[in-house]
Amino acid sequence: MTDDQLTVHSVTGVDLTLSIAGPGTRSYAFVVDWHIRLLLACAWLLAAYYLFNMPLKLKTAGALVSVLPAAIIYFLYHPILEVAMQGRTPGKRMAGVRILSRDGGPPSVTALLIRNIFRLIDSLPATYMIGLVTCFMTANRVRIGDMAAGTLLVLDNTAAEKSLARIEALAAGSQLPLDALELVDQVLQRWESLETDSRARIARALLGRLEASAEPPALAALSDSDLRAKLQSHLSSREPAASHV
Amino acid sequence: MSEGSQIRQWIIARAGTWRAVVQNTALLRSRRHATVQEALTAVESYRALARDLATARRVAPNSRTTAGLESLYGQLHGVINRRPRAGIAAFRSLLSVDVPRAVRELRARILSMALLMGISALAGWWLIETFPTLIGLFASDDMIEHVEQGHLWTEGIINIMPSSILSVSILANNIVVSVLAFCAGIFLGLGTLYLIAMNGLMLGAAFALVHQHGLARALFEFIIAHGPVELSVICIAGATGVALGESIIRPTLDSRRDSFQACAHRVAPLLLLCAVLLVGCGFIEGFVSPDPTFPIASRITIGFGYWLIMWALLTGRLFVERPLLRRAVGA
Repeated sequence: MTDDQLTVHSVTGVDLTLSIAGPGTRSYAFVVDWHIRLLLACAWLLAAYYLFNMPLKLKTAGALVSVLPAAIIYFLYHPILEVAMQGRTPGKRMAGVRILSRDGGPPSVTALLIRNIFRLIDSLPATYMIGLVTCFMTANRVRIGDMAAGTLLVLDNTAAEKSLARIEALAAGSQLPLDALELVDQVLQRWESLETDSRARIARALLGRLEASAEPPALAALSDSDLRAKLQSHLSSREPAASHV
Repeated sequence: MSEGSQIRQWIIARAGTWRAVVQNTALLRSRRHATVQEALTAVESYRALARDLATARRVAPNSRTTAGLESLYGQLHGVINRRPRAGIAAFRSLLSVDVPRAVRELRARILSMALLMGISALAGWWLIETFPTLIGLFASDDMIEHVEQGHLWTEGIINIMPSSILSVSILANNIVVSVLAFCAGIFLGLGTLYLIAMNGLMLGAAFALVHQHGLARALFEFIIAHGPVELSVICIAGATGVALGESIIRPTLDSRRDSFQACAHRVAPLLLLCAVLLVGCGFIEGFVSPDPTFPIASRITIGFGYWLIMWALLTGRLFVERPLLRRAVGA
């Protein structure tokens, strides 16, 4: 097991494997959240000033309606949303990560509060330096707040979960072995997003392995749409292929 | 039948179950509560999924299907291991069990912190009495100027800033100081000791300064309404920080990390209560302390009354948990 994975024992005897999010994913989620809370706080201040004519001066009673809510949005964004969204924030959702406790379950409210309290230390001396250094140095890529709370930031593999929904139809319609089937399906799903040259090269390499009889010159002569159609035919073919990946 | 064909047949046979588990898990994750039947179904699905995952790991270790099953298994694990939401009962338990237990555990450390703060305050007092020019280290120029003119820096503050704003800024500052005293315990407790000692030193120095200018009584009148609870809470927060540091120096569990985590969880309810108490202090300091119309008797009553409430909360006397057995028998 690597540093990027954590095994959690389960009562079923089949261990649970958690994919730990690294400092990069963590930073990405934080930067997205930071922008969101900054924009929300600024939006509130602007709305208070321009729409409701509230002063933005700190030493006036109007600050309770203008500055205080903006400060609450900015400083309590993480604890409030993490508790409300069960260990997630919009930034974490975008980065595809989630906070879990070390036993693989959702974190308790106390754990989430402890995790956020320690931001005071993790953010020292500036730009979350202590937190970032700790992430690089610790076994499960955690910052001090996570260590105190007993939490982890894990990758939420929703893409793999979606593939479960397709696999039944694919397995029923094709004779390819599972790994080849998934590979062809992935290439076809990403077809539009791949560059024409790249997808043609990948498709020819795949077809060369799937069809032992296919000659390289014949594959080279196939157009982009032909290659796609040929790959598509492997997903719905009932006939066994001559050779497999 | 080839192995590839067997795997496909197995997937086709099991895919319907997986689809149902995906739907049920999504439903359970989106809801706070589940019926007994739903919970039993989830447990049964969890067992079935464990068997399927074990098979998938063996026959197709690097496939997306296995990755999907891993993800689904993890989600269902989370749903099954979800802690119950006790609501008000959890809150009562926090006040009647968790907080008093933490206070009992930290009793000696709280007294040590009070002692450290007291000794630091005396040291601050002695320092300024002996070397008056050193006051610049502890107080701002504005504050010193006010006192030299015969006024406390707090006089007329409510004419400059509304009490509500004053309260919010004071309570925010106090909460940050308390939380910092707790978090600074990560530096083996030294950060906390430094914070408490500095607070005591500044308090003693401020009292020495006002004493030199005949304003000691005025400062006492200012702080007596909020000071007892505020200073007690800072000592308690300090004790939680020291406990945190001690859990790293002298771990009581298998590893320092586990010990640190367990200690943070044990003392966190106490810190939460401290934050709530500081909110009260902030309002007293914003509305009562700077208001000259409040007589000294009222201030003392508020100060010690609030301190008694704090003591009752910390010792669990304000919310006594009735034993479950008695409740069950009574019912």
